[in-house]
Amino acid sequence: MTTNFVHYQSAHCENGVTSSLLRNGGLDISEPMIFGIGSGLYFVFLPFLKVNHAPAVSFRPLSGLIFKRAVKRLGIKMKRRKFRSKQQAAGLLDINLKNNIPTGLQVGVYHLSYFPDEYRFHFNAHNLIVFGKTDTHYLISDPVMQYTTELTFEELEKVRFTKGVFAPKGQMYYPIHIPEKIDLKKAIIKGIKNTCRDMLAPPPIVGVNGMKYLSKKIRKWPHKIGEKKTNHYLAQIVRMQEEIGTGGGGFRFVYAAFLQEAAGVLKRDELNSFSAQMTEIGDQWRDFAVNASRVYKQRSQQKDVYNALADQLYLLSELEKSFFKNLKKFIRTVA
Amino acid sequence: MKKDAVPQDESSLSKKNIQELCYAVDESGRYTTVLSKGWEPKSLAMEESLQDIKERAEEARKGVKAGVLSPIAYFMEINKMDIGILAGYVGMWRWRVKRHLKPAVFKKLSDRILAKYAEAFDITVTTLKNYSGD
Repeated sequence: MTTNFVHYQSAHCENGVTSSLLRNGGLDISEPMIFGIGSGLYFVFLPFLKVNHAPAVSFRPLSGLIFKRAVKRLGIKMKRRKFRSKQQAAGLLDINLKNNIPTGLQVGVYHLSYFPDEYRFHFNAHNLIVFGKTDTHYLISDPVMQYTTELTFEELEKVRFTKGVFAPKGQMYYPIHIPEKIDLKKAIIKGIKNTCRDMLAPPPIVGVNGMKYLSKKIRKWPHKIGEKKTNHYLAQIVRMQEEIGTGGGGFRFVYAAFLQEAAGVLKRDELNSFSAQMTEIGDQWRDFAVNASRVYKQRSQQKDVYNALADQLYLLSELEKSFFKNLKKFIRTVA
Repeated sequence: MKKDAVPQDESSLSKKNIQELCYAVDESGRYTTVLSKGWEPKSLAMEESLQDIKERAEEARKGVKAGVLSPIAYFMEINKMDIGILAGYVGMWRWRVKRHLKPAVFKKLSDRILAKYAEAFDITVTTLKNYSGD
């Protein structure tokens, strides 16, 4: 039992799953487009929530949100549900496959057998597509992989019902109606506006303010909790920023690709220059990662490394602040 | 990021023949996708995390041996879990799991409770009971 499914590789799992489900449903839409329309660019720093024994930093919104916003703005209807019962979760997935519907799932990474051991952490916000079933295995299209893979029935049940922060609870989702005509322009403008709003939001832990807050914390950590713990925290930040699924630079390059594509759709050349600016910001995030890695590898010769890193992050927050202010102003002029 | 600047450092991903997709600009400034084998700062961050887990597990092992921690503490660490995650897997409140890390409390646990932990760690109850930190 297999559905007629074409696998696409992508940088980020959630955009990838969304774009892949829609492409297989007959709507040709790229990963950056989904990311931009779903307002995937984000920053949040949650000092009170510990992930891998370090404060949580995320460069994207809550899992599922990008998908939800993107399909809504494109006028696509989709079905999404969580389960209490494992049997019911498996049963409904099987019915979908029988009806030739490739289905997106939220899963935990820890039991994904095709990932290298090093990558198997208790991280619950991964997404993949199940597109078929053999007598022993489910056929899996994991968007961060180059090829399709397989999981046994038991393995799939395990990854769908992992526990911890953002437990997936067997969550599955799939489009049920894709309209003939899609108003891409409107969706793009909405997506950009939402991202500007998010990044410039007043709470001290989100958007550019969150970066500033984190930069302050980096200054204080070495004195308060010691260098060893600080280095561990820095490594976790870099992992969230660069790890598989971000396309590098904390999603900034994917966003720049989106802005470039949007320039073509909206026929506004200005967006090309916004895209170029975003690429530069992404490059600076990469520099930040390089410098941070020198610190946690204790290779840095620089004095006062933590303050230097904090300065760099502060500068990034200023850059993004002015970027999103300008973008906000510009997008108002696009009707 | 320029297309030819996309890093191609060997990593634990490339060893498993996995390459990840990156967005980068070509000579004319157009965005395109490039496959990357890995990047050193990332691999270093990963190494740091694994080192951290190793150290935590070693601390827990010593704790079990010294009789100040129960075996649950050790298996929790080697499974990369924390109290919150473990509590989720065994279906108990966090404070209960925390109590079970005390050797005196652990000794009195019923086999039914121990079985829940054993299942979460994917080991047998006997292994869990008999672990002494050696």
